[in-house]
Amino acid sequence: MALPAHATSGEKVFYYGYRVIVAIIFFYLIFPLLTIIPLSFNSGELLSYPMQGFSFRWYEDFFGSGRWGLAIKNSLIIGLSSMVLATILGTAAAVGINRADFPGKQIIVALLISPMMIPLVITALSLYLFFGKFGLNNTYAGLILAHTILGMPFVLITVSATLQSFDYNLMRAGASLGASPLRVFFKIVFPNIAPGIFSGALFAFATSLDEVVVVMFIAGPSHRTIPRQMFSGIRENLSPTLLAAATVLIVFAGMLMLTLELLRKRNEKYNSPPGGGGAAK
Amino acid sequence: MAMSEQLADNISLKKKLQKAERRKKIEALGLISPLFFVMLVFFFIPIALMLYRSIDNSQMPAALPQTADIIQQWSGEGLPDEATYAAIVGDMRIANEEKKLGMVGRRLNFDLVGYYSLLSKTGRKIDEIKGPPYKEALINFDKKWGDTRYWTVMERGLKDKTLLYLLAAMDLKYDENNKIVKVPEYEAIYISIISRTVYISISITILCLILGFPIAYYMANSPPRTRNLLMIILLLVFWTSLLVRTLSWILVLQNNGVVNNFLMFSGIINQPLELVFNRFGVYVAMTHVLLPFMVLPLYSVMRSIPADYVRAARSLGAKSITAFIRVYLPQTLPGIGAGALMVFIQALGYYITPALVGGPRDQMVSYFVAFFVNERVNWSMASSLGVVLLILTGSLYLMFGKKVNIANMKLG
Repeated sequence: MALPAHATSGEKVFYYGYRVIVAIIFFYLIFPLLTIIPLSFNSGELLSYPMQGFSFRWYEDFFGSGRWGLAIKNSLIIGLSSMVLATILGTAAAVGINRADFPGKQIIVALLISPMMIPLVITALSLYLFFGKFGLNNTYAGLILAHTILGMPFVLITVSATLQSFDYNLMRAGASLGASPLRVFFKIVFPNIAPGIFSGALFAFATSLDEVVVVMFIAGPSHRTIPRQMFSGIRENLSPTLLAAATVLIVFAGMLMLTLELLRKRNEKYNSPPGGGGAAK
Repeated sequence: MAMSEQLADNISLKKKLQKAERRKKIEALGLISPLFFVMLVFFFIPIALMLYRSIDNSQMPAALPQTADIIQQWSGEGLPDEATYAAIVGDMRIANEEKKLGMVGRRLNFDLVGYYSLLSKTGRKIDEIKGPPYKEALINFDKKWGDTRYWTVMERGLKDKTLLYLLAAMDLKYDENNKIVKVPEYEAIYISIISRTVYISISITILCLILGFPIAYYMANSPPRTRNLLMIILLLVFWTSLLVRTLSWILVLQNNGVVNNFLMFSGIINQPLELVFNRFGVYVAMTHVLLPFMVLPLYSVMRSIPADYVRAARSLGAKSITAFIRVYLPQTLPGIGAGALMVFIQALGYYITPALVGGPRDQMVSYFVAFFVNERVNWSMASSLGVVLLILTGSLYLMFGKKVNIANMKLG
């Protein structure tokens, strides 16, 4: 994108104008997040600048108060449980889908990733009405099941993506040397597709941690999660504790992104061995 | 080796191969089935039941069983006979004891306003209505019982299934002659909510395209270091919780927020602008939330476009703008399609962001689904709006989903 030396003045204006526009759009993306972080350390009660002083009091409130403590606990219980379930079910299904061609495969794949596409409010309403019949509303089990279904498509997609570059001859080699299918999976398949599985698991956890519509429909007051608590906070009274919660979530997003990036790099390295050998398809 | 032996070998090899293939298929299905089973029970069946709920009316004949039975024989002309009146008095007595009369009244009231109060009033004093003849007693108690309109609604309302709620979701209703008609102008709300939802979603999609295209292009054509830095910003925003981003826009746009403070400080305005809790706030915040869904597919398509084509066009004498429009732009269409579909479908179902940064006139279909569940406890109406929303997104997905392979979308 360098500007050639012979550029006309019109081209120069366009070149710099374009860069300014790109900078403004990126500013629009990052600026709201940047305003929230300093304000969470404000010692005053107001949610606007100028800041009155520095303090950790809102973080103390976030980590120490009963309401937020419960929300953190609920988010972790629901997020981690649904992550494990979604990862196991999604990985198995992804291996199955990539293992063989069978009639109706495309339709099955489309159905399995449909929770991503169907509006959350429809999922929420359906589960609310369905769980009502079986007493699953206001329970951890109901919330975990719901979030498993919402997180699973991400596992399916990321694991499928890594499987596409996996060399199935390795499995045959393992089997021909006498290993059982399970042994082949854990010794050969798993280490190869592990980055995909971990990314999928992180996606599933992040999905659960950010999900609020389904929680609003099927969770009672004692099963409120962090985003659910934030929703009421924004609706009812804007307290600076919300900003502390938000900052913690931004930091979490940053860590998540870096981890995913590392996993992606590792996967690239794994699948392109030196010398260009093993160009698996 | 003799010819026949070789042939036999070939056949057995073929069989073995077939067997292996079959085993692979069975293994594949075995691996998929646990997930499929969970999804069937906890996703597809609940959605199917929810869709059915929009026309399900079985609780009504269950609450007034005798009346439901006998009213079938009514011709619809004039008033029903004494037997029907006797049946409804008996049914109401039982329904009142079982506390079902309120539900019956609410559902009938949805079709004809006034029914709820009629039923609760009659139910309260059911012991004062003495017969036979019940017909006279009821009409004496309240003359509405002598109004055929009420009986038409009762007859319709005691069927096993009803289209009432689906019709209402499209601003339609039954008139006195059981014909489907449009509701009067002042009662019509849902068509305008649906078109508002579509309008907002289209606007957001266009905004995302306008903002997303230049930055995707810039990222795709910059050196690795710049690209990585910009990607980090984009992904950080992408991974940040929806609630956090919505909250941050409230802080930025509120009356004493950063934007208003800056504009007042620099003397551009004297009074804070209304930037949030209105349509403007919805556009700003929703575009922010959905922009990465446009940029990521666009970027990955742009990265795969070789620079040679544009260079070739330029060397053949095309101006840079011509080369861009006629050579480069068409190659980005798959990315534009994928991004636009993702953004549009997601925007259609949005609830949280408009609920928090919009005003009452900026709420979309999802909001009203939640409204009918939480405020009105009218599941039939909530389900009917759910049907409308599912048809909207489903038809888009069916029309364009094939061209835009969502399963292949790169996630970050």
